[in-house]
Amino acid sequence: MANHSAGAPVRYRTFIALVSAGFRRYSTYRQATLAGLFTNVLFGFMRTYVLLAVVGRQAAGYDARQIVTYVWVSQGLIATVGLWGELGLADRIRTGDVVADLLRPVPPVFAYLAADLGRAGFAALVRFVGPVLVGALAFDLRWPQRPATYPLFVVSAVLATVISFGCRYLTEAAAYWLLDARGPRIVWALCSNALTGLVFPLSFLPGRVAAVLWTATPFPWLLQAPADVVVERHSAGGALVLVAGQAGWAGLMLAVAGYAQRLGTRRLVVQGG
Amino acid sequence: MIETAGLRKEFVVSAKVGKLRRERRVVAAVDGIDLRVERGETLGYLGPNGAGKSTTLKMLTGVLTPTAGRISVCGLTPVPQRTQLARRIGVVFGQRSQLWWDLPLRDSFDLLRHIYRVPAPEHAGRLAECVELLDLGPLLPVPVRQLSLGQRMRGELTAALLHRPEVLFLDEPTIGLDVVSKQAVREFLTQLGRRGDTTLILTTHDLADIERLCRRLVIVDHGRVVHDGTAEELHSRYGSRRRVVVDLDEPLAEPVTLPGVALESAEGLRLTYQLVDGTNAGALVARLAAAASLRDLAVVEPAIEDVIARLYARGATG
Repeated sequence: MANHSAGAPVRYRTFIALVSAGFRRYSTYRQATLAGLFTNVLFGFMRTYVLLAVVGRQAAGYDARQIVTYVWVSQGLIATVGLWGELGLADRIRTGDVVADLLRPVPPVFAYLAADLGRAGFAALVRFVGPVLVGALAFDLRWPQRPATYPLFVVSAVLATVISFGCRYLTEAAAYWLLDARGPRIVWALCSNALTGLVFPLSFLPGRVAAVLWTATPFPWLLQAPADVVVERHSAGGALVLVAGQAGWAGLMLAVAGYAQRLGTRRLVVQGG
Repeated sequence: MIETAGLRKEFVVSAKVGKLRRERRVVAAVDGIDLRVERGETLGYLGPNGAGKSTTLKMLTGVLTPTAGRISVCGLTPVPQRTQLARRIGVVFGQRSQLWWDLPLRDSFDLLRHIYRVPAPEHAGRLAECVELLDLGPLLPVPVRQLSLGQRMRGELTAALLHRPEVLFLDEPTIGLDVVSKQAVREFLTQLGRRGDTTLILTTHDLADIERLCRRLVIVDHGRVVHDGTAEELHSRYGSRRRVVVDLDEPLAEPVTLPGVALESAEGLRLTYQLVDGTNAGALVARLAAAASLRDLAVVEPAIEDVIARLYARGATG
């Protein structure tokens, strides 16, 4: 047997290698990337005009420049956070290829998360920067006034990606029980569109409805939280609270995804693939 | 290296009975398998479809919990110690891939090095060895999705061996491969088996794989072991016989009879004799040559296909 060295730093290197592989894997699909970029930009213009018409000079705590920035940043975040991206887990469960994942000495959640963060890294370079650049050329965006907002936004976007990963992992892991994740995927598609602040900022909703969404669901933390951080809708302290909230949700979603994976594995190993 | 005792796996199968009622029934896919495999052994694990081969393999690798019985692989209990076991075994599935579809082959190997935490120099050494033996050099920069099945299978074998597993499980590794690719895979596995440091467990329907690679055959049917031994033992147990086929220039003046030799058929000038109970062909050939002028002569080994087909058919009717 190989002389395997152990310990946390090595584990960290495994994670980085998987992240880097995720980055390279997604960078090979150039035409899909360009098509997605085009769609994000097109919808960016539509959302901008609709929301400008709704907001006027100011509404729900956003002024016109903030709302335009909100639109273009959130357009860029769609692919980066991976709102509609698939992890491939459901298909691997359906075809039985998931057995190969179980035969590796790394937990599947760890490996899939690393790959998804790599994917997000590539998406950030093209699918985030692209729409924001177009938005900046076509409109007068509001750039952050506080320098600390920039690093805080990066942390917020990474945490949003982790929360989104957790949600998608759960959706796809449903295939362990249902054999097909199409049903849960439809529910996820609906929630990720309507409840994340993508169609409009959730502050447009009645206070109680928004409060329920923020406290009881992970959805606003996926898109609205990082967008609010970057448009500086809240004070510096408020932005920190938002990011801390995201960290909490990220931890919770990873724990739930890990638990679902353990249950799914148990089901698979007890009842057969 | 591998030991099982009373290994059993039951599945609950539900079938529709009438319009609304479903009947649930327990089926034993593996029904009490005792197996002991030593380090460095190469074992062929055979059986008809549905005999319980893959179920056994899944239990040995820790992706399926046995209903009853004991298993030890590399001194570990597979399901509870799956992660530890994963570092010590390699698995090649003929119909699944463990490579990254959209990355070049080289990148898959590099990722596996990190996943199995193999030190870089050791990885490089083993990779170089596999690249040479399997002629992988030109394929390393090619994305896996562009490889042919034969090329991919060579990649899969390498991927399964880079962390120096003590046991390599091969589930139909030559399925769908062309003749040349099959030979390359068999040649590689023969060399690996000869080295004696890796235990090979091979399930296949291709009996040529077995004849080339495995001294020991374990044949399962309906979840039970029906033969555990060499191919020769299988032949003698199930009455397979070598044959001598001779073409004569002229008919024999009188029949040739010898102990341990039976005339199976006579078609014109072609005579076919069966050699019973390990009788040698020498004496028969000498007698025939003395009795008549021979045009042609062949000693035909019993085909393993025939005996196994007989065994499977017996299982199906029995």
